[in-house]
Amino acid sequence: MSGLLLLEQSLNGLQFGLMLFLLAAGLTLVFGIMDMINLAHGSLYMVGAFLAAWFVQLTGSFVAGVLLAIPAAAVFGMVLETTLLRSLYARDHLSQVLATFALILIINEGVRMVWGSDLPLSAPAALSGPVELLPGLYYPAYRLLIIGVGLALALLLYLLVTQTRMGALVRAGASNREMAMAMGVDIRRLFTAVFGIGAALCAVAGAMLGPLLAVQVGMGEGILILAFVVIVIGGIGSIRGALVGSLLVGFVDTAGRTVLPHLFREFLPPQFASAAGPAVASIAVYLLMAVVLFVRPQGLFPARG
Amino acid sequence: MTPAASAASAASATATASTGPSPAARVALLALAFAAIAFPFAMQALDASFYVSVASRMMIYAIAATSLNLVLGYGGLVSFGHAAFFGIGAYTVGILITEGVVSGWIGIPLAMGIAALFATVIGAVSLRTRGVYFIMITLAFAQMLFYLVNSVKAYGGDEGLNLKLRSSLGFGLNLKDDATFYFVVLACLAGTLLAVHRIMGSRFGRIVLAMRDDDVRAEAIGVPTFRYKLVLFVIAAALGGLSGALMVNQQNYVNPNVLHWTQSGTLMVMVILGGVGTLWGGVLGAFVLLLLEEVISAYTVHWQFWVGWILLAIVLYAPRGLVGLVSRALGRGAGRK
Amino acid sequence: MRPAVLRTLTAAAVTATALSAGAALAADKVKVGFVSTLSGPSAALGVDIRDAFMLAVKLNGGKLGGLPAEVIIGDDQFKPDVGKQLFEKNIKRDRVDFMTGVVFSNIMLAAVPEAFDSKTFYISPNAAPSPLAGKECNPYFFAVSWPNDAYHEAAGQNATNKGFKKVYLIAPNYQAGKDSLAGFKRYFKGQVAGEVYTKLGQLDYSAELAEVRAAKPDAVYTFLPGGMGINFIKQFVGAGLSKDMSLLQPGFGADQDIIRPVGDAMLGTFDTAHWALDLPNAANKKFVAEFEKEYKRLPSVYASQGYDAAQLIDSAVREVKGKIEDKDAVRRALKAAKFQSVRGDFKFNTNQYPIQNYYLRVVGKDAQGRLVNKTLGEPIFRNHGDAYVQDCGMK
Repeated sequence: MSGLLLLEQSLNGLQFGLMLFLLAAGLTLVFGIMDMINLAHGSLYMVGAFLAAWFVQLTGSFVAGVLLAIPAAAVFGMVLETTLLRSLYARDHLSQVLATFALILIINEGVRMVWGSDLPLSAPAALSGPVELLPGLYYPAYRLLIIGVGLALALLLYLLVTQTRMGALVRAGASNREMAMAMGVDIRRLFTAVFGIGAALCAVAGAMLGPLLAVQVGMGEGILILAFVVIVIGGIGSIRGALVGSLLVGFVDTAGRTVLPHLFREFLPPQFASAAGPAVASIAVYLLMAVVLFVRPQGLFPARG
Repeated sequence: MTPAASAASAASATATASTGPSPAARVALLALAFAAIAFPFAMQALDASFYVSVASRMMIYAIAATSLNLVLGYGGLVSFGHAAFFGIGAYTVGILITEGVVSGWIGIPLAMGIAALFATVIGAVSLRTRGVYFIMITLAFAQMLFYLVNSVKAYGGDEGLNLKLRSSLGFGLNLKDDATFYFVVLACLAGTLLAVHRIMGSRFGRIVLAMRDDDVRAEAIGVPTFRYKLVLFVIAAALGGLSGALMVNQQNYVNPNVLHWTQSGTLMVMVILGGVGTLWGGVLGAFVLLLLEEVISAYTVHWQFWVGWILLAIVLYAPRGLVGLVSRALGRGAGRK
Repeated sequence: MRPAVLRTLTAAAVTATALSAGAALAADKVKVGFVSTLSGPSAALGVDIRDAFMLAVKLNGGKLGGLPAEVIIGDDQFKPDVGKQLFEKNIKRDRVDFMTGVVFSNIMLAAVPEAFDSKTFYISPNAAPSPLAGKECNPYFFAVSWPNDAYHEAAGQNATNKGFKKVYLIAPNYQAGKDSLAGFKRYFKGQVAGEVYTKLGQLDYSAELAEVRAAKPDAVYTFLPGGMGINFIKQFVGAGLSKDMSLLQPGFGADQDIIRPVGDAMLGTFDTAHWALDLPNAANKKFVAEFEKEYKRLPSVYASQGYDAAQLIDSAVREVKGKIEDKDAVRRALKAAKFQSVRGDFKFNTNQYPIQNYYLRVVGKDAQGRLVNKTLGEPIFRNHGDAYVQDCGMK
């Protein structure tokens, strides 16, 4: 494999990992602070994508569409939290699993009833071509935008969590909820805000990935499970862990689609080589999680001390 | 006490495993058995024999849900990878039939055995964790198996495996005949329920319940909790494998999606819907969920929307599931006498 | 538990009454079970087949072959087990006379045994994989579309004719995907720079496109129908590869369902197919005009196939004068295929797959400025069958 190919594939891994991070960040906070398994997190991603596609259709501008979708999705998330999810915090994990699984069904069909089973979403025309990063290395402009947005949001989150008062409250809540409550933190407002931020991050990921994948009903289920894997590897409640975990998973997945098939093609017919690579990569991701769970169950960067 | 524990004690109060069912319950059971046996003949008389295969499918899922209830409800182990055992059972029989080994007397026990084998390995690793980590690690193993099966192109890969034949049981029994198949499944379901009833009524079962309520204390008084949990896990997996073996016969087809985590989720929904930790919870949950799907989808293509709301209502207002609701209603009726 | 059984019995009783009423008047109508992919990224294909099929029925006065037609429509949601269950329901509960509709080979292969076992005819308006053309051919299977390999064979021949030296191949990893690249290689005499099978339904091709760039071929040949193709072409252009190499396509990769979402980037694309909007026969002119009038959009090749499927059933029922219970007579009538196909001449081979022409098409603009495929030059193949017919035992 040539150096340029390796570089291009690395950028692909980075791009995928950063989008996964946007989902994982919200999920890890919800799980870490509220101790709630939210299977409907993938649905927030889907709703965000649909809202973006719809607003882009209405306004005719990609940027306007995405920017409108973010607060809309955040509002949706916060409404969901205050009306429904709040009653689940006190319940056991099993009830949370069932309730949020039911939510997936409701939101999937609800979206289908409102918008149909899919909406088209295209990258802005200005970004539909490649950029020459190095002589011979062309990379799609749109994917560079995704990487840029992902990095910017990661930085923003880092600043939010470490430099602001709210961030301090979030960290306190993640490491010891009872203590935080005892210290007088308005935990309910905090939860709602955290949920809203999580929904907003999901919306950005959904809107950004929409033009590459498809904005369709059910798009959340596939990425949800990867997000859970990421937060387990990274450590529940830790944003830093979510970032490291996402990049790890992103690179392993991309390696499985690129490096491994090359290896397999040496001694397997093309159909098997093509299937074996992604399969091994997916298995590797889960194997990684199983190993982490076994050896260091709190994850790589545990939030709780 | 957790909702699951209080559900179990409520259910055991109405139909105790150790002291035997009440006269009213006995009559109900007999009536049920009669209706179940008469059903295919009634359908044939009404020229609606399509519903016999629908009923068979519901019973297969009832077996799967009951097997999950054993480990989830009675054992308190939230296994998110149970669909893997369902899938292993299905693929074992599927691969055997594809390779020419058609006898059900080989296929079905082998399906259960291989599922048990996988469960031994998966359980040995997973049961060392607890809480949400147990959930995630069982999920991880199930997904690994899903991707593994997906990549084996020789047996269909993600296109799935088509079977030209169903298992043969000898004795002139033709499983291609819907009614014959129905009775075989009915027998398996009855066997499963009997097995679960016996297990939970035995000393082993009482210890399992004690562990579920407080396994630290159980450990402290000398119970080898890990071993007990593993045995329970393996038994549940074997029963899951049985339901898979039956399913691949019913559909003449299997594809890797039966191992996917959403399938595990559906099974969990059936268990929680029916009643966690109750004997009939799996059966009730499976039947009601599949019936809801059939009935509502006749009116609207958005049936999942309505089923979702019903499920949500159950979680919020009837946490002990349908069995809890029924026993509450029966209890009130008995009280008025 | 009892209420559930009671409910099932009630439902069964209601259905039984309806069914017994129907059974008494056996061949007074034609029942067709239509199962297709009507949701998800590739829904446009199933929707086109359905719309064209229903249009044909409507233009026939709601009848097929003179008998009132009842078409029961189901959505397989791109899932083989759902498709299989819908087939079972149509065949066992609704007692249909014909099954049709499925877009994708994997779904069809999982579901069609239900039809074969119950001796119900399956008229395929799309998927027509190689096993059913050869060793596993079945008297109850009629492909009214094309053999799966055909468009790809034509494309391979075209690539040879145009002098491409190195071609990189991509297709999804399922039966139709394997058929496609096998077909292309059968007639392409140059060098294969790479042969990659992607996951069916995969939408992100960044990894594959990086590999293509590194391999430096003259052209890339892909078989990526539906949503897969839309995404691939957008990403291909986005990666800048359209400047360095040609993108060769079978008709599936460049028809209306892909042209509309991708847009002007498709101009100048060459592709191969058995049908185009501008084929100059009377049946086609009527079909295109009526389809546009009814649905306010141009029909795709899938729509042409759905229309022909309905016309085939219509001709067969008419030929047996409504006596559709006589399966042998129906089969002979289907095989005779006495209908005016929108593609021109239509004839079945001994394996019940079509023998027909295949054309080179190019994407251009029509009089109203819309993107359409136009036929170009002489047909690549005339009266072309398939490579598997000799393995089939049917005569």
